[in-house]
Amino acid sequence: MKIAPPPTGPVPWQPELALAMVRDMLRIRRMEERAAELYGEQKIRGFLHLYIGEEAVATGAIHALEAEDNIVATYREHGHALLRGMPMRTIMAEMYGKREGCSRGRGGSMHLFDAKLRLYGGNAIVAGGLPLAVGLALADKLQGVRRVTACFFGEGAMAEGAFHEALNLAALWKVPALFCCENNLYAMGTALARSESQTDLCAKAASYGVPTAKVDGQDIVAVHEAAKKAQQHVREGKGPFFVELQTYRYRAHSMFDPELYRAKQEVEEWKTRGPLHTFTARLKAEGKLTEEQFLALDAEVAKEVEDAVAFAEAGSWEPVEDLTRDVTAA
Amino acid sequence: MKKISYREAMREALREALAADPRVFLMGEDVGRYGGTYAVSKGLLQEFGPERIRDTPLSELGFTGAGIGAALGGMRPIVEVMTVNFSLLALDQIVNTASLYRHMSGGQFSVPLVIRMATGAGRQIAAQHSHSLENWYAHIPGIKVLAPATVEDARGMLAPALADPDPVVIFEHAALYNTEGELPEPWSTDIKSAMVRKPGSAVSLITYGGSLPKTLEAAQMLAKEGIDAEVVDLRVLRPLDDETIMASVAKCRRAVIVDEGWKTGSLAAELMARIVEQAFYELDAPLARVCSEEVPMPYAKHMEQAALPQPDKIVAAAKGLFG
Amino acid sequence: MIEFKLPSLGADMDQGKLLEWKVKPGDAVKRGQVIAVVDTSKAAVEVEIWHDGVVDELITKPGETIGVGTVMAKLSGAGEPAVPPKAAAPAPKPAAAATKPAAPARKPAAVPAPSIPPPLRKPASPAARKRAHELDVDIDKVTGTGPHGAVALADIEKAAPKPTTPAPPAPDRQAEMRKAIAAAMSRSKREIPHYYLSEAIPMHRALEHLARANEARPVTERVLMGALQLKAVALTLRHYRELNGFWRDGGFQPGAGVHVGVAISLRQGGLVAPAIHDVDERSLEELMRALADLVKRARAGSLRSSEMSDPTVTVTNLGEQGVESVLGVIYPPQVALVGFGRIVERAWAEDGALRAAPVVTATLSGDHRASDGHRGARFLAALREQLQRPEEL
Repeated sequence: MKIAPPPTGPVPWQPELALAMVRDMLRIRRMEERAAELYGEQKIRGFLHLYIGEEAVATGAIHALEAEDNIVATYREHGHALLRGMPMRTIMAEMYGKREGCSRGRGGSMHLFDAKLRLYGGNAIVAGGLPLAVGLALADKLQGVRRVTACFFGEGAMAEGAFHEALNLAALWKVPALFCCENNLYAMGTALARSESQTDLCAKAASYGVPTAKVDGQDIVAVHEAAKKAQQHVREGKGPFFVELQTYRYRAHSMFDPELYRAKQEVEEWKTRGPLHTFTARLKAEGKLTEEQFLALDAEVAKEVEDAVAFAEAGSWEPVEDLTRDVTAA
Repeated sequence: MKKISYREAMREALREALAADPRVFLMGEDVGRYGGTYAVSKGLLQEFGPERIRDTPLSELGFTGAGIGAALGGMRPIVEVMTVNFSLLALDQIVNTASLYRHMSGGQFSVPLVIRMATGAGRQIAAQHSHSLENWYAHIPGIKVLAPATVEDARGMLAPALADPDPVVIFEHAALYNTEGELPEPWSTDIKSAMVRKPGSAVSLITYGGSLPKTLEAAQMLAKEGIDAEVVDLRVLRPLDDETIMASVAKCRRAVIVDEGWKTGSLAAELMARIVEQAFYELDAPLARVCSEEVPMPYAKHMEQAALPQPDKIVAAAKGLFG
Repeated sequence: MIEFKLPSLGADMDQGKLLEWKVKPGDAVKRGQVIAVVDTSKAAVEVEIWHDGVVDELITKPGETIGVGTVMAKLSGAGEPAVPPKAAAPAPKPAAAATKPAAPARKPAAVPAPSIPPPLRKPASPAARKRAHELDVDIDKVTGTGPHGAVALADIEKAAPKPTTPAPPAPDRQAEMRKAIAAAMSRSKREIPHYYLSEAIPMHRALEHLARANEARPVTERVLMGALQLKAVALTLRHYRELNGFWRDGGFQPGAGVHVGVAISLRQGGLVAPAIHDVDERSLEELMRALADLVKRARAGSLRSSEMSDPTVTVTNLGEQGVESVLGVIYPPQVALVGFGRIVERAWAEDGALRAAPVVTATLSGDHRASDGHRGARFLAALREQLQRPEEL
């Protein structure tokens, strides 16, 4: 595949915003790297899907949303949860399976929930969240609440019937749903071209009468600016919007994936246009970031990560007696 | 007491719910303009408007999931899936989202969703339109399953189902819509108990939904032969009311379970297992069940009737428990 | 010193085979660098190290299969002095046991088609069996009129002999029981001239013996002190026959065996004292089982009539209730009642030395028509001695 050159050009933001973006991408990156290590040590079990390489997508998009907006995500949602405001400690504890985790240790890596933060998961069924997002948006519309429901999903979800039903319903009922397709080119081991007859994903969404935008997901400036416009459209009650964010995951689909489906060369080439280092390079070129500042940020983030790990390590297990608690309300 | 049909009773229940709570809305295929496939929602669109009586495209998975999302978002949706046959398309959302969101989130989320579906066979609409899969739903922790079989239950079960903070699936046997009955006032709003519809002492006939009228008929036939049968209407398929069931079995010491599902892995099997677990020493004869023959439901009338439970099969099963 | 262990690379991975090392001793490595290639069931995976350092020793050899968590190599951390590679370091035994050899195709043993064996016992419904047990009816002699000729409840009711004991419990079972106890106890006090003796029995030998013996038993089969005491009483009674039997028609009739009535309190209030037959001939394990069964059935209200009429003596153990001694009322027509209190730590003189010893107070209520204080005292002394030889029980 032909890979575009790294994102370049001026960053039209104040230093505070730019630094916040760097910090948040770095927080996701370091948290995910540590999670990989912990998985190898068998502290995190089951399935673990890492966001490394895709950080600009969640960071740029969620910075464009308001605190009251709803977020529906997938099993690759640690970054989304973190940016939403879930403490890294809570995420880590949940991945450890501890009671102090956001879901009391019942969900693990794939099922991060927070009712107060309006984070509706964390879903292990591909495309499972799309109809849910339609319903949340519908509820807001019927109750007269001005709010956006942002639904993140991978391009693999676009093959599921649920995607098509959800887009159709969203457009038909003109609900305030922002559909963010994180196109990382591979649905587990299947490349986009091998799974979609029509690889122009925006064209598919557009066929439902939904306005679309295609964005370089590795360029956080592009992501954030596009997300701002899209959420504005949705928030003003003009109906749903579909954004395709073209990105790439550096690591395997999940931890036990030998990546037989793509060439190492391709991964290395994508790494040259990675979201973090290309952004910091641009900032440094404009004098908005120094190496010292970056190292200080990294050190700060490292502390946050270690604190989160220590918190998870010290956490407790939900008592077995509570097993049948919260199956139903009664 | 007024006499109304099961269909009218359900319509009245819907109307009352829509009028009482602005969060309630009905969503499903042909519930609005068409007036409902079984005419249950006839007239409601005119009364409540298209936002609250919402016609959907043929997207069971999509609109059931949307119902879940709307419930999470503060509404009280009633999703009507035309029949249990089409609910298979929505099964992923019901099983993988609705039923487990509360537990999997550590108790954070509540999904106060009501799903209504028609079920059952007997009108020659052939194999793909004649399933009784209530037991599949009764198998899932996290949801409640109701099977109103009387006019009173059609009228009375919807309100408590809507008030329940967890998903409730209501099965309406298609053959019951036309049945008429007396509606007592006030009517029962219990969604916990099984009920003895006809007291007896010699054998307990346990059933639910569309099989209730046949079972009552069988009890009449048995009475003529000197066998005093008791008829228990389960009403609630999950959670099952063990207390009422075991009390009946302990009293009568014999039981026949009548279940329109196929025998293997049926709700009848579950009841028999529970009776053996809880009332074994009371039994004076083995347990028996009358279920549908293990065939896809045929179209020709005589074949369909041969495949389904019938009063004479129930009578034979009951008599077989005596010497 | 850093240990590089084989990480878990997936949910269902237990082990992996090292295919090759990408580094050698002396090499510097950086965090995130791939240093080994490991073969898993899915494919060859490159494994990273998460530390900076210098390779000291490669422990696992290429071709070896090891379990997750095994130390594969040792490194010095950045800043630590590098350890010179050991010459010909012996490799630790690989977890060869972890290697699952290709399972040989198992020949399925010829399974004979299951044939339903003929019923070993007469088909009867659970309700019929329960009632037959309660009414002491022999099911094998009853003609069945249930499905396929099985015996049904009605068949048992028909076959049961007319009960001589009082009719099945009336609805107010409690009041009936109280009345019966009142009548029996009043009669006892009216008719039986009671004498009372008591004896302090050191229990350290019995306790130690019991503790040792119980160590070898699974928890569910542990023998309790109550069973030991019952056995001791029964064995002693063999030599004091005048305490084991009935006072009837103006004379004493010795019991055919030592059937000890065990006083059991019922949850709703009230007391029954059904018999365990031939306690002197039973092992401690049998006694424990019999006791447990008796208590369960007593509380469920399903004792057999023979159990109620057969005790030749009664033992009441109120140790659990916390009293030191019991001076009980004899159940007519029995002639004796042995009581045990709780085991108390007391100062005890033995062989001229004072020690703290566990002591239980055993008492005898005797019917003076059948025995006298002299014999009663000898019985208690013998009981005391028997409990000093717990190995005989």
